[in-house]
Amino acid sequence: MSKMITVRDALNEAMREELQLDEKVFLIGEEVAEYNGAYKISKGLLDEFGPERIIDTPISEMGFAGMAVGASFLGQRPIVEFMSFNFSMQAIDQVINSAAKTRYMSGGQIACPIVFRGPNGSAARVGAQHSQCYASWYAHCPGLHVLAPYSPADAKGLLKAAIRSNDPIIFLEHELLYGLQGEVHGPEHCEPFKAVVEKEGTDITITAFSFVLGKALEAAKILEEKGINAEVINMRVLRPFDIESLTQSVMKTNHLLCVEEGWPVASMASEQAMLVMEHCFDYLDAPVARLCGVDVPLPYAVNLETLSLPQVDDIVQAAEKVLGKK
Amino acid sequence: MIVDKKTAQKMLAKMMLIRRFEERAAAAYRDGHICGFCHLYIGQEAVVVGAQESFKSGDAVITSYRDHAHMLSCDMTPRGIMAELFGKKSGYSKGKGGSMHMFSIERGFFGGHGIVGAQVPLGTGLALALKMQKKDNIAFTYFGDGACAQGQVYESFNMANLYDLPVLYIIENNGYAMGTAARRHSGDKALYERAHAFDIESCQMDGMDVLKVQEVIAESAEYVRSKKRPFLIEAQTYRYVGHSVSDPGNYMPKEEKQQYKDNDPIGKLSSYMLENGLSSEEEIKAMDNDAKASAKDAYVFAENDDLVSEDELMTDIMEDQNV
Repeated sequence: MSKMITVRDALNEAMREELQLDEKVFLIGEEVAEYNGAYKISKGLLDEFGPERIIDTPISEMGFAGMAVGASFLGQRPIVEFMSFNFSMQAIDQVINSAAKTRYMSGGQIACPIVFRGPNGSAARVGAQHSQCYASWYAHCPGLHVLAPYSPADAKGLLKAAIRSNDPIIFLEHELLYGLQGEVHGPEHCEPFKAVVEKEGTDITITAFSFVLGKALEAAKILEEKGINAEVINMRVLRPFDIESLTQSVMKTNHLLCVEEGWPVASMASEQAMLVMEHCFDYLDAPVARLCGVDVPLPYAVNLETLSLPQVDDIVQAAEKVLGKK
Repeated sequence: MIVDKKTAQKMLAKMMLIRRFEERAAAAYRDGHICGFCHLYIGQEAVVVGAQESFKSGDAVITSYRDHAHMLSCDMTPRGIMAELFGKKSGYSKGKGGSMHMFSIERGFFGGHGIVGAQVPLGTGLALALKMQKKDNIAFTYFGDGACAQGQVYESFNMANLYDLPVLYIIENNGYAMGTAARRHSGDKALYERAHAFDIESCQMDGMDVLKVQEVIAESAEYVRSKKRPFLIEAQTYRYVGHSVSDPGNYMPKEEKQQYKDNDPIGKLSSYMLENGLSSEEEIKAMDNDAKASAKDAYVFAENDDLVSEDELMTDIMEDQNV
């Protein structure tokens, strides 16, 4: 680890380094060039790489996503920025039917080296149409890698690896993490597509990804004060899911709580519960529990919004319940 | 004379091959060898055959699910295509794609896409890549009149214009979006005029006359290549058969169908070649026999080919399966 920077700068650095390294890499999306990115992730890239490689688009998600996929068929390596993953719904046909399925449908002939990235999940008071988590939507589909970084080190190392991959990648950022500070590695380092144990523990495994991982880490501190030693796993790779990291931890702690911002139905938490059933059911001392976003379109009102998303206290209580302490 | 003997014979042979191949595919469907969706190109042959005369090495071609003819025009083999239709191991996609999903990087063919209109942004992206790679090549992007009702087509036009992309859009207007006649899906009659809203030059042509198609596309492809700008052509054509093999096409009036059959592209070019001394009747008959033989050979090959190995079920999903 070399220096402290924000997630925002880590993402910027990852793209800059890869743009410098490979002339086939380009960035395309709404406001990525002259505006420097709606969230300033692409700040300075237009100046350094010019309008041929940092491409502003009209507000045409389906069109520019499909165009980028087409360019990748001929060996270009596009990074597609969605201003919000909510807008990727306009383009989801191109993401799934054109990007994810083509390698298979072509019998392995056509690669689609492309990264779709942008903020996913809740922000602060932006209402239902701008606050949805699409992790389980994309994680459902074969042909994709789905990544959800938390720290600056995740953000930089995973994005660099994503840009170098020859597969289509869904890269789920989080607006509320863009300012998070942390250390990052130098230009050579890529992160492996594996989960990370953020805090070791023995009593219960808590899995989380993206923004709520921070809440899970805070909850673990409170649990520590209560004499509960929780292991917290950063589930930053959602497809192909890192089954080994999950099962190893559960076989040690014998308890599992899955925390997630997205809705509970057909969620990443549902999937983890099933994976544990299939791989290490006999190690469980209590039923797997999930703490997801409440099953409603995310409200605007501050009190209702807070109620809708997993909070630190909710995580503490849910963990205690799994352990039979509540 | 606007066409030399060699070119005329080549185009006639190709149209015949497509016609006979599609007839064989229909027979194979009836025989139970081909299942699912199978969209035939019978009647439309002049469009892709005339257009492909302007194809140069390094160009890219992309189309919808009605794609067998485009692959044959790209010189992909009848055997490889038929084997894919049969779901066999020697198919272009090892049997994993089927009628609508075949590709050949070697021949410049990028599918074979089953979502109506989705190939238009993809083809525009092929053009973007060609531009970025500073190639002297263009992207032939085919779609039907039905696709003209999809919004992403116009998102593509807008960006092709904005970014000066070397893409040749070819609308194959066969008069029907599946079973919906053009007059019932498009209020405006001239689809090619829609390009003007995006400052893209365009024209309409008789898509039943391969000589006309060849001439018009040669000119427009040269425009795209030299000016590095998009161009759109609307080919007015017709399919003598239903939307897919399972569609009897009862919505197509008999007189209308007959009118187009009387104007058949293969018959028309044959007559032209006879009248202008480019081929004798015997030669034309021999060409058709060759086409029939190729189609039959493809059928027999596909029938005798093995099913894809079950070990292939979980391959070709991603390169980095275990990152």
